[in-house]
Amino acid sequence: MGSEMKDVDLRVSIGSLNLKNPVMTASGTFGYAREFEPYVNLNRLGGVVVKGISLEPRAGNPPPRIVETSCGMLNAIGLENVGVERFISEKMESLQGIDVPVLVNILGDTLDEYREIAKCLNGVPGVAGIEVNISCPNVKKGGVAFGTVPEMAASVTTAVKENSSVPVIVKLSPNVTDITLIARAVEDAGADAVSLINTLIGMAIDHRSRRPQLANVIGGLSGPAIKPVALRMVYQVAQAVSIPVIGIGGIESTEDVLEFMLAGATAVQIGTANFVNPRASEEAVDGLARYVAEQEMDSIRELIGGLILS
Amino acid sequence: MSQFQEKTQIIRIERLTTDIIRLTLESSRIVSTAKPGQFVMIRTGNGKDPLLRRPFSISQIANGKYFQILFKVVGRGTALLAHCREGESLSVLGPLGSGFRIHSNGPNCLVGGGMGIAPLLFLGKTMARQCSAPPLVVLGARNREELAPLVDDFAELGLSVHPATDDGSFGHHGLVTDVLKNLGLGDDCMTYVCGPHLMMTAVHLFCKDRGYGCQVSMETAMACGMGACLGCIVPLEEGGYGHACSDGPVFDAKELLWEVK
Repeated sequence: MGSEMKDVDLRVSIGSLNLKNPVMTASGTFGYAREFEPYVNLNRLGGVVVKGISLEPRAGNPPPRIVETSCGMLNAIGLENVGVERFISEKMESLQGIDVPVLVNILGDTLDEYREIAKCLNGVPGVAGIEVNISCPNVKKGGVAFGTVPEMAASVTTAVKENSSVPVIVKLSPNVTDITLIARAVEDAGADAVSLINTLIGMAIDHRSRRPQLANVIGGLSGPAIKPVALRMVYQVAQAVSIPVIGIGGIESTEDVLEFMLAGATAVQIGTANFVNPRASEEAVDGLARYVAEQEMDSIRELIGGLILS
Repeated sequence: MSQFQEKTQIIRIERLTTDIIRLTLESSRIVSTAKPGQFVMIRTGNGKDPLLRRPFSISQIANGKYFQILFKVVGRGTALLAHCREGESLSVLGPLGSGFRIHSNGPNCLVGGGMGIAPLLFLGKTMARQCSAPPLVVLGARNREELAPLVDDFAELGLSVHPATDDGSFGHHGLVTDVLKNLGLGDDCMTYVCGPHLMMTAVHLFCKDRGYGCQVSMETAMACGMGACLGCIVPLEEGGYGHACSDGPVFDAKELLWEVK
C-alpha cells in the first residue's frame, strides 16, 4: 500500500470488536485462513470467519457437492468439519500469531449443542468473536431450521450469548418470509450483531440424465447471482435493528463493498469470490483505502447507511 | 507453499482435433515449482459467468517458463478457452495439489485414457530424465484421430507407447487393461493412472490382483482448488472423504473406495 494512504481511516466496530477495516472473509469460503497465505496478507484483513464448527466432527454430504449455475454456484457440502475439539487444538493453534480477529462460525442440531460449543470456545486464545449459523435444521423439532422461527432464533442466541465472553454475531438465513422479524428477535436476545445473508436454497437439474446435479438434491446458492437479494435484505434489516449489520452475498469488489455499506452494513464478508480470486478480500481493502482518500472522507464509517433516497 | 495467481500469456494454441486443444502458457514462477500430477485453475473469461475457474493438469513444461494444458471442449468454460487467441492473457492459479510420487528405481508404467493422458506426458518426461529405466506407456482413446497426436508426444521422448482404441483404428482394439495384461510388467511395478473413472477402476483392480503399486489422478468438480470449498471430495476406503485438490489429485488407489459392480 502506498504511503499516501497511511492516514486513511477504515476502522469499524462490531460491538466491542474493533476491526482495522470492514472487509472480512465469509465462513466456508476461506478454509481455516492459512490456506490463503500464498495469496493474501491475512494481517491486512478486517477479520476472518473460519469454516463452521460443530460439536462432533462431520464427514459432510456425498458427491457431487457443488455445481456452477448462472453467475453463481450451488453447494451442499453438508457442514464437513473437524469438530470443535480438533478445531481448537489444531486450527486455532495454527492461527496463533496472526494480527487479525478470528471469528468462529458455529452450528448445531440442538440448543444444547450450540451451548456446548460456545462453552468449549469460551476463553480459547485467539477467538475474537462467535458467528452463530442458525440455518441448520433443529432435529428435535422435526427439522425446522432455527433460523426461520423468531423464538427459536432467539433461544439459540441466548444459549450462545450466556456462554461467550466475546461478541456474538448471528448469521441470518434469507429463506424466510420476513428477515427483519428474525433480526429483531436475535437483537432482543442479546446478539451483538447480525450477518446476512446465508445462501439461498436452490436446485439444479441435468435434463439429459433427469437427475439433480447435487447428491443432496437441493443446495445453497451463492455468488454474484444473489447480490441484489442480499443488498435488499441488508437494507431492510439495517433499518429494523440498532446493532451492527454485516453484509454478505455476492461481494467480490470494492464497489460491491461500498454498495453494502450504503445499504446499512457496518462491515462485509467476501465469500464465493475467494474461490475465483483468492486476493479478492485484500484487493477490496486496497480499493476502500483509495476510495476514502479520493473522496477525502474522514472515515469509511461516513458511508454506513448513507444511501440517498430522494 | 509455492502457489501463485498470475496473468499468463497464451503463447500457442494448437487444435489437435476439432475439439481437442492444447494451450501453451507462460509463467516462470508456476513452472519453477510445478511437479508432475499437479494442476492449475484457470479463469475462462473475465465476467461473472461462467463464474468459477476450471482445473487442468499441467501436461508439460519447457524452457523454465512455458507450460501446457490439454483439454477437450465439453462445456461453456472449455468452449471459451478454445476461442482464446495467442497473445491474450489468462488468469492462472497454481501449481496446485500433490502430484505423483516417482519411484526412481522402477519398473514404472504410465496408463492414460483420453484427456487423462495430459499429466502423464509431464510425468514421462521427468521419469525419462530421473529414473534408471524408462517407463512403459499404455494409452487409450476412442479412435486414431484422438490418440495419434498424443502418442507422438511420448514417442518424441523416446518412450515406447502401447496404444489402444475403442474402435481399433490405432493400436490394440479394446481396453488399456487388455494391453497391460500382456505387457509382462515387473513384480514391483508402480503404475501411474489417469483417465475415465471406469478405466481407473479396472486398472486399480488389475494392479491389486498382481500386487503392483497404483497411483491414480482423480478428476472432480471443484470451485477453488486450494482446500477451501470442500467440494471436490473422493470417497475413501477407510470411510469419509479425501479432497482431490489438497489431498490429491494423486492418490494411492488402495486408499480410495472403488465402486465395483
